[in-house]
Amino acid sequence: METPKQPLIRIEQLGVRFGSQTVLRDIDISVNRGDTLAIIGESGCGKTVLLKTIMSLVSPTKGRVVFDDLEFVKLRERELAKQRLRFGFVFQQAALFDSLTIYENVAFALREHTNLPESEIRDRVRDRLNEVGLSTQIVTKKPAELSGGMRKRVGLARALMMEPEVVLYDEPTTGLDPIMSDVINELIIGTRERHGVTSIVVTHDMKSALKIANKIVMLYPIARLGEEDSQILFKGPPEAIESFDDQRVVQFVRGEARDRIQEMTNNETATTRKRATSSSESGAVDSTVEERDAS
Amino acid sequence: MATVSSQPTPLEQLGSRTIGMISTLGDLISFCGQLALWMTTTYPRKRLLVPTFYQIGVRSVPVVAITGTFIGMVLAVQAYNQFAQMGLQTRLGSVINVSLVTELGPVLAATMLAGRIGGAMAAEIGTMKVTEQVDALRCLGVNPIRYLVVPRFLACVVLIPLLTVMADFMGVIGGALVSIKIMKIDAFYYWMHSRGFVGLWEVFTGLFKSLFFGAEIAIISCHRGFRSGAGAEGVGRSATEAFVYSFIAILASDFMLGILLNGIYNLIWPGQSASIGN
Repeated sequence: METPKQPLIRIEQLGVRFGSQTVLRDIDISVNRGDTLAIIGESGCGKTVLLKTIMSLVSPTKGRVVFDDLEFVKLRERELAKQRLRFGFVFQQAALFDSLTIYENVAFALREHTNLPESEIRDRVRDRLNEVGLSTQIVTKKPAELSGGMRKRVGLARALMMEPEVVLYDEPTTGLDPIMSDVINELIIGTRERHGVTSIVVTHDMKSALKIANKIVMLYPIARLGEEDSQILFKGPPEAIESFDDQRVVQFVRGEARDRIQEMTNNETATTRKRATSSSESGAVDSTVEERDAS
Repeated sequence: MATVSSQPTPLEQLGSRTIGMISTLGDLISFCGQLALWMTTTYPRKRLLVPTFYQIGVRSVPVVAITGTFIGMVLAVQAYNQFAQMGLQTRLGSVINVSLVTELGPVLAATMLAGRIGGAMAAEIGTMKVTEQVDALRCLGVNPIRYLVVPRFLACVVLIPLLTVMADFMGVIGGALVSIKIMKIDAFYYWMHSRGFVGLWEVFTGLFKSLFFGAEIAIISCHRGFRSGAGAEGVGRSATEAFVYSFIAILASDFMLGILLNGIYNLIWPGQSASIGN
């Protein structure tokens, strides 16, 4: 009899707050080994914070993230560093070390954590760069000399160097032209197929999400929700999202502004009015004090 | 009745500032603790140390040499008239060189380096933070304090005393050039009086202080970099704070170390007076 599939990553009742601002509330997601999960949602809904919480770059204020029966927040520094190597993180702006060359960037983890001879490291760097469609001619260049698409691909090559089990992508197609966006999509699919990795992709590119993911989670900004509303609007396979009847999901999937401009204008007016009321009230208090002093 | 609840009262502002300062101080102490832990448990790799030592040490030589030379020359110009009026111009060497090796050399060299190195370190780490490079380090299993702070701390603690020696030496040369060549003071008496007042203790006190100045510059600047706010404004502010806080720390620690060293001197040689601070 086949044993039930245990999720590789379990996010349970997760909450994250910065000061008085709540970013994530009661998030429950599980990711199975080999899955590609796309986390979608509009800007400011906490997608990147969720990704960083999984890597324990951000500490949760509530709930927990369990990876392979381990809770990162409970680990000691050295053990945490070791566990983080089971992940690869592709940053939105690639986050390449700009004082190092492309070679040094891609070879970074191998040099830090292994005693491999330089010739072996060189071979692996070449293989990884070729895998993401980059030639070894760029290895002596600095990150600033590369285009955005090339930097992202170098970021992917660097993330794959330690052969991670999970790859986290933070908006991998943002700021790229449509062709390069599709190149990145193909690389994400290719990486999953070649290395059998589990992937979590944060994106607001619906085309990308529908192409690469076998599961989609849609988050909604806390500021737009009521006290009892769930922050997760949709959780399911990509084919189900397009027929989902929640208008907030439909609006995002279709990319429609609807009444958002009017809403933003109203918010701006309300803020201005509030400020004006506040200053006139303080003026009234001042004048009352002056009148009292005069009398 | 109208109330202005949105505006914090002066008392609330004071309280908020006090909490902020205590929180920053606690954060700084925790940062020092982590640095001490990594300093004692790992040895930084050569490929990290060499460029850091080059940036902090070799690249600072010209600016420190120029600073030192001018300190010596200015001291000679300023002190000459007072000493000449009393007919004590041959004693100029003692006052210039004692001031140089005990106070002005270490303090001004450290101040100059706080601006050159401290600002750069805070800006570099701050930029790495806001562009997620610090997060990338963590994701690659590397502790940012071990990777970014330990080499810089070592470089500052080792090289700032050496750069202070350079500033002292250039100051001695500068002071001697002005005194002997321009003010026409007899070289024999100039050096004789210098030798009489500048002993090993004076040189030691200057270098001992510079060791602390180096540590303060490294810790404060790196800490400010790690706590940098977002964007160009945040990084710029952290660089400015790195210099200002380092400068204040240098002056405050100079005062306290002066008292401590005087106490030690009096303990070792009771009845004699140290030339520093007396």
